[in-house]
Amino acid sequence: MDAMAALRARKTNNEADQPSSPVLRFGPDKPLKLDAGTLLSPFQIAYQTYGTLNDARSNAILVCHALTGDQHVASTNPVTGKPGWWEVLIGPGKIIDTSRFFVICSNVIGGCLGSTGPASTNPITGKPYGLDLPIITIRDMVRAQQMLIDHFGIEKLFCVLGGSMGGMQVLEWASSYPERVFSALPIATGARHSSQNIAFHEVGRQAVMADPDWHGGKYFEHGKRPEKGLAVARMAAHITYLSEAALHRKFGRNLQDREALTFGFDADFQIESYLRHQGMTFVDRFDANSYLYMTRSMDYFDLAADHGGRLADAFAGTKTRFCLVSFTSDWLFPTEESRSIVHALNAAGASVSFVEIETDRGHDAFLLDEPELFAAINGFIGSAARARGLSA
Amino acid sequence: MSVNRDQRVDLEVVANLIPPQSRVLDVGSGDGSLLELLQDTKQVDGRGLELSQRGVNECVARGLSVIQGDADKDLEFYPDKGFDFVVLSQTLQATRNPKLVLDELLRIGNRAIVSFPNFGHWRVRLSLFIQGRMPVTKDLPYSWYDTPNIHFCTIRDFVNLCDELGATVEKATALDANGQKIGLSMPWWFWNFFGQQAVFLLKR
Repeated sequence: MDAMAALRARKTNNEADQPSSPVLRFGPDKPLKLDAGTLLSPFQIAYQTYGTLNDARSNAILVCHALTGDQHVASTNPVTGKPGWWEVLIGPGKIIDTSRFFVICSNVIGGCLGSTGPASTNPITGKPYGLDLPIITIRDMVRAQQMLIDHFGIEKLFCVLGGSMGGMQVLEWASSYPERVFSALPIATGARHSSQNIAFHEVGRQAVMADPDWHGGKYFEHGKRPEKGLAVARMAAHITYLSEAALHRKFGRNLQDREALTFGFDADFQIESYLRHQGMTFVDRFDANSYLYMTRSMDYFDLAADHGGRLADAFAGTKTRFCLVSFTSDWLFPTEESRSIVHALNAAGASVSFVEIETDRGHDAFLLDEPELFAAINGFIGSAARARGLSA
Repeated sequence: MSVNRDQRVDLEVVANLIPPQSRVLDVGSGDGSLLELLQDTKQVDGRGLELSQRGVNECVARGLSVIQGDADKDLEFYPDKGFDFVVLSQTLQATRNPKLVLDELLRIGNRAIVSFPNFGHWRVRLSLFIQGRMPVTKDLPYSWYDTPNIHFCTIRDFVNLCDELGATVEKATALDANGQKIGLSMPWWFWNFFGQQAVFLLKR
């Protein structure tokens, strides 16, 4: 690890307890009830907001982040120094206009950028939680977000949106707190994690745990981090975020800085070099145990199972306006996953729009500059705002 | 989904059948013209189902509540009597199983509104009778080999199907080639001969 990377790694660790974004701390009087059957207390939520909450408190948009995302949705990330992960979409004058809406994004419980997670200090031991943190579910994350929304005095969110794991949170919000969600925009997601998706997550977790530097999750106490394992996990996962067509378009069988095959195991191919880079940069910004918890939360998500096996019952009587978006080349959350949610919403008599966008950019398309995605979001948010009586 | 939308004279006839603030499902909502018309003039709670992804994406971008789906396959997911009106305009003839689709419309909506091109119109008859060729008209601009319209019917055929499904015709309108309503006093054979399009309001 070079000096800069070491610095960033230390920064990640500091962000866990003392994030550079605002933090809301809940004492023993306000524990977080977990699906695991225990209480998390004390705990904290790190968040970012953009724009101004109007007097009626009716213009709030909650953005839910994905597996390895964070609260820095529309401002510079303090660890990487890179722009916010959805700055193409959110900001002054953008599709989600922060001069019009009050945008909130919080780090999920179990994350590693300031909300209580496995890298946070366990007040009982004075050491990082590690695997002593109970398993966190999508519903737990949403329950915590709801406490944050209470803190702002917001009764009803104008919109809850997010992609992938963020989309799962959106669905959970709409199902658990329908009266608090005026409109919901789940993108490239599913109402449950498929067997194949659980399989990929398990590969990632096993890679982390197979790294001797993982030390049963107590790596901080050994002054180590399971970087190799986490990097391999990220490499495998990253493939699932793309598509074969996009990989071939970008890299083909191109060689990396060489004229011919080396007849060795160096990164001969550009794709190898690209993946190694993805793995290496990821470990600088993300905690390995947090990765285990995040992947597990998605594995456990099954909204229909929580409602007697019938997905439509998760949305019974809902007044929320929905818009779902999927991408043709997304094989992690294929269109069929969104379609089954749409059918359930139809059965529940919900107001629902559904757009499938033609692209070869795979699952990650939701994070990219996709004009059709933006047009759909713009149309949906615009009509919802009119229905909510929000002036343009 | 089916016919040229620029010449959709039936849209206004359909819209006039729907009272303000109704819950409406438009099956085969195309570019969303009817939904937009209903939303703007009748403040309906409107939803759309459209086969073409491009049509859907355009509708959603315009703020309409539309999903991609197939009238032949996706109506089964809607609950009984979930809507005041279910509209199927100029789409029946493009479905694989018109009888089943019509049955579904009557299940989902308190009322169904169906508009379709009349294959009993004199121009169609003339084309077959004199020229011996499948008709290509302003309303039905496709050749036989590339038409999405696979189940044409005449006004009489449709009335028979309604009988078979136990549907009551509450109102019916036939439009002539100029988009003018044909007088109510005229007998069915006259409608079937001079009506280029028909709009039916059904209940079961």
